Amino acid sequence: MFRSLLFIPGNNPSMIQNADVFNSDGIIFDLEDSVDINEKDNARNLVNNYLSSANNYPSLVVLRVNPIDTEFFKKDIELIKTKKINYILLPKTTMDALNVLEEMLYDIEVKFDLDTVKVIALVESAKSIIQIFKIAKHCRVEAILLGAEDLCNDLEIDRSNEGNEILFARSRVIYACASNNIISIDTPNTNIDDELLLREDCLNAKNLGMKAKSSIHPSQLEIINEVFSPSKKEIIWAKRVLEAVEKNIGKGAFSLDGKMIDKPIILKAQKIIQKANKYNME
Amino acid sequence: MRVGVAGSKESNDCLVTVKESNETKIVIESVVAAFFYDQIKATVEETLKEMEIENVSVTVEDKGALDYTIKSRLISAIKRMTLDV
Repeated sequence: MFRSLLFIPGNNPSMIQNADVFNSDGIIFDLEDSVDINEKDNARNLVNNYLSSANNYPSLVVLRVNPIDTEFFKKDIELIKTKKINYILLPKTTMDALNVLEEMLYDIEVKFDLDTVKVIALVESAKSIIQIFKIAKHCRVEAILLGAEDLCNDLEIDRSNEGNEILFARSRVIYACASNNIISIDTPNTNIDDELLLREDCLNAKNLGMKAKSSIHPSQLEIINEVFSPSKKEIIWAKRVLEAVEKNIGKGAFSLDGKMIDKPIILKAQKIIQKANKYNME
Repeated sequence: MRVGVAGSKESNDCLVTVKESNETKIVIESVVAAFFYDQIKATVEETLKEMEIENVSVTVEDKGALDYTIKSRLISAIKRMTLDV
């Protein structure tokens, strides 16, 4: 369970040395788009040595590798040997790409006696949006991240502040994840100076059913965490529901404040409390 | 003469230049040399030893890089010098 993931360029020592203090639930060390093609080796060495020798690490470590059809992919994947990586973020995920990754991860895990590394599928093409229900079922995949910038390039359309052009893709991600009990992660908002727009974007995604959002700047984390956490009002309501459950043991349904409480409502309350506990909220 | 360069002069980074040489030479220019010269030199020496590299001239232009950053840049510079990237 997580609400926020922050992208950090893999070749930026200043950001990497602060990776454990940013207010995000996880850090994505990026070896792909934020790294110049001539600095791929430098970024890989830096992230590798950081993960191998730093004193403190983020609680959740994600590595965005380069796509499978690049010369960098195989060397990037070798970084799982550090034993610090929780998730590989696979760019341009398709079933073919996922199967190639699966084979490589399995070989390295067996050879070096490593725990199974899970995958976050980055879906950012029309093909991946079409294949998304198969991707979501893959045994390695524990989350799906929507990459709207590349998707819009693929569709030859512009991004808008309202995001109507990605409604179909967002909905596919949300339903594929919800039906497979994995985490849906919304695309980052690239307008890093517009807090109002970020909040609207987060609320829109959350209200559709997204469970987390990625970010490209630390300044976005406070709003993302706030929006994707249960509100105080929700927590109070959930506590009251669960207290009422204790007083109504044996009843399939009962009334609270004039509203019917039954299994779906109780499950909703339990999820809110679970999240509140996870994020240390009272 | 083969040369490899990696890193930058940005804050918290270092620029490492490695050249073929008749002997191993280490030159360190650091904004924190007064406090960390010995530690930076030890990091360079350990990394060269780990990689079994001798007879190179190493110049580290340090802007406050941590040990793992210095090590990373040195490894990249050596691999670039030997074209093993």
